[in-house]
Amino acid sequence: MVNIVDRRLNPKDKSLANRQRFIRRAKRQILDAVRDVSAKRKVTEVGHGEEQIRIPSDGLQEPSFRKDRDTGTRRHVVPGNKEYHAGDRIPRPDGGGGGRGSGGSPDGEGEDEFQFTVSRDEFLDLFFENLELPELARTQLSKVEQQGIQRAGFSVTGSPASLNLTRTMRNSLSRRLALRRPKREEILALDREIDRLERTGKDPEGLRELIRQREALTRRSRLIPYIDPIDLRFNRFVPVPRPISQAVMFCLMDVSGSMTEDMKDLAKRFFMLLYLFLERRYRHVDIVFIRHTHIAQEVDEETFFYSRETGGTLVSPALREMERVVRERYSPAEWNIYAAQASDGDNTPADNPAVVQMLEEVILPVCRYFAYIEVAEERGWESASDLWEVYEQLVAAGHPMAMRKVKKRADIFPVFQDLFTPAELRA
Amino acid sequence: MISHFESDARLLYTGPDWDYRLVRKAFDAIERIAVDEMGLNPYPSQVEVISSEQMLDAYSSMGMPLFYRHWSFGKHFARDEMLYRKGMTGLAYEIVINSNPCLCYIMEENTMTMQTLVMAHAAFGHSHFFRNNQLFKAWTDADSILDYLDFAKRYVSECEERYGAGEVEKILDAAHALMSHGVHRYPRRQPMNLKREMERERERRRFEEQTFSDIWRTLPKRADEDGDEDPNGDARRRSLGLPEENLLYFLEKRAPKLAHWQREILRIVRVVSQYFYPQKQTKVMNEGCATTVHYAIMNRLHETGQITDGSFMEFLHAHTNVVFQPEFDDRRFSGINPYALGFGILQDMKRICEKPTDEDRRWFPDFAGNQDALGTWKTAWAEYRDESFILQFLSPRMMREWRLFSVLDDADDDELEVEAIHDESGYREVRRALAAQYDLARHEPDIQVVDVDLTGDRRLILEHRVLDGRLLEERNTLMVLRHLANLWGYPVSLVEVDPRSEDLLNAYEDVEPDLRLA
Repeated sequence: MVNIVDRRLNPKDKSLANRQRFIRRAKRQILDAVRDVSAKRKVTEVGHGEEQIRIPSDGLQEPSFRKDRDTGTRRHVVPGNKEYHAGDRIPRPDGGGGGRGSGGSPDGEGEDEFQFTVSRDEFLDLFFENLELPELARTQLSKVEQQGIQRAGFSVTGSPASLNLTRTMRNSLSRRLALRRPKREEILALDREIDRLERTGKDPEGLRELIRQREALTRRSRLIPYIDPIDLRFNRFVPVPRPISQAVMFCLMDVSGSMTEDMKDLAKRFFMLLYLFLERRYRHVDIVFIRHTHIAQEVDEETFFYSRETGGTLVSPALREMERVVRERYSPAEWNIYAAQASDGDNTPADNPAVVQMLEEVILPVCRYFAYIEVAEERGWESASDLWEVYEQLVAAGHPMAMRKVKKRADIFPVFQDLFTPAELRA
Repeated sequence: MISHFESDARLLYTGPDWDYRLVRKAFDAIERIAVDEMGLNPYPSQVEVISSEQMLDAYSSMGMPLFYRHWSFGKHFARDEMLYRKGMTGLAYEIVINSNPCLCYIMEENTMTMQTLVMAHAAFGHSHFFRNNQLFKAWTDADSILDYLDFAKRYVSECEERYGAGEVEKILDAAHALMSHGVHRYPRRQPMNLKREMERERERRRFEEQTFSDIWRTLPKRADEDGDEDPNGDARRRSLGLPEENLLYFLEKRAPKLAHWQREILRIVRVVSQYFYPQKQTKVMNEGCATTVHYAIMNRLHETGQITDGSFMEFLHAHTNVVFQPEFDDRRFSGINPYALGFGILQDMKRICEKPTDEDRRWFPDFAGNQDALGTWKTAWAEYRDESFILQFLSPRMMREWRLFSVLDDADDDELEVEAIHDESGYREVRRALAAQYDLARHEPDIQVVDVDLTGDRRLILEHRVLDGRLLEERNTLMVLRHLANLWGYPVSLVEVDPRSEDLLNAYEDVEPDLRLA
């Protein structure tokens, strides 16, 4: 007797453990590939859905002793001879003969690239491995609460707006059935019968009896109301504290003439990482782009990265613009606010006191974290920029703020990692 | 009307949908034909229904239902999954495991006709072959392979916990690189008993622990023991069991620096490799046997009115796809289809048994016209492997039908030469060349451990005996040698020599181990 077993309900993803091992192994290549892919995307598009990536296969080969295809002699026996005779000489076909004969490795080895799909979660996990929101922000994070309301069953009292019709009508129906409230159709049928008898005038005895019945039914249905206060049910809500699960990220960038395209590209990469990182933490992430020269303006992403402006450089207007947006749209009680500023460090010296004041009094108190990235080209000499000096004092004063210098593309990820690696892991 | 009713009653199923009752009914009907009529002798079967996702899972770990974990399986899964999702490849209709009972996976997406076909193919065709072929009898132990794999999986994951996943990965990487050189090619007396292997493993370890005594290490050496009494090293080589072509076996037994668990992992990989060795040598026969069996059974089911004309047509469609062989200049050509070749030869044998021509009588005096195709098949299935099967049974008529021809590809010549075609003077040569194509010994490089420099730097010396002037591919070879050196713990050299003239053709000098694996 044959056994027939249904294995379809067996746990799926039997190969998950193997996949994890593979991803760990290919980590470096995957990261490189993903970084290339992400450079072409919009900030908010990065890491959405599955990424199809190609990675170079070094470190992923499974070598074995095998014979070189380009030495010695081989014989191939193939079907489909049309015109050849023994002794004919034919030119060697291109491309190694289209896999003729015994050659051609079955497992696709020898390819220099390996193509496959990583899921969004796998990608983000790799990308942000070991990264955490900074200690400071995290403790605040756990405290941040919002009063939410949550359904909590039903109650017999409540406001009319929260009346639960289904429940109420169910109660009403069962009460009416139990107490035998006369149905409307019954009364109507009786009415018709009475009407008929009255018109024909035949059976006065029966008519009287019917009228009596009719009165009894009417009385009964008046005594037993269609909906009684006892039937009413209301949805009950209780207030619950709920951590805020939405964040807004402000991208501030100096777009004055001194910022080159390269510098903007660096800044874009940083913003992108920050966005991805926040998105992994919060259910909903808004993003606000504010560009500034000597005036500041909230713009869309396209304009932010790709349009050129000329003008002087003042930082405080950007901060003021940010403050305006926060005030209008993002109440700090409901949103976790993050800010990332990218600049080449220029600021009109006269503006510095205003910047410090804005940051200390308005911006930093509402921000979870303020990251400042100074994108600088190699200048050959190291001198602190105007902003750098100003911000250094703020950091020293213990504000939730971090600052790093970035010079080339390859610096971005390390700097990011550095900013968000918990202190205990940093050693 | 009545006859119509009767024929309906005999039908196993009508629609495309399957359920357990129908599958069981069809299995029983197939069994009656396969065992009672054809006299096949398969293992008892266990039919398991799986989803396409599980099929992909099974693909990635060599088709086995349970296997130890390694990143390379994840890599294969990632690629297979992508190819499948893009629609570039379909999935196999079935997977069958050489075990007792024979595990036979069928996919839920298949129609009832496909399930019937698959069961006939796997549970009777493959299973008969596994149970009766000499190679499998001598080399694999169907009774305990699943238990052994279970042991292997647990052992490897225990090692990962104890010594770290990274360490285990290094050993497995190295072992996999040597996997094709981890088989004994010549059978021993008795078939291996994997259950006993496991017990012996435990005993070995207990014995080592019990007899361990640190004091032996402190004994001073006697002076005369150091003297070199063996200038040629013959005795040394003999005592090490050299030359040895099973590289994994050699390392497991002799590598000086490996820890016990590392040897055990090498052993696991070696046992798995050995288990698959017969399958590698019988692709054509195995698929030919299964295809022939399902073809016979489905025809018989149709003849006896147990399946409808519609499902028979569906079967023929699937069958034709399976045995399709594009010609060499076709875009779809990717080598010879083992299903087509095996099925073709076996059908041709049937013709020779039943209606031989004079040519057939001349070429196959042993069985031409014996009117016992089934018996002839069974003998072939039991006694041959691909190489000998083709050498023995490929007929001139078949070569003409396939228009087979043999091409000589000399790397030093920028043109190919047609050596022989399907004509009177070429039959034997074409046949010999095709058979050689399926000879693993010609296919895989012949590499042996020939010596160990025990008195010097403990260098391990390998030798590749070059066949047809075909050297090893350099990049791969260097990577494998690095793995080998890591396992051995000391430098490894490889020389490539011409077996006839003993000339040195190429040499890889002293590949050093990474010190990581100390």
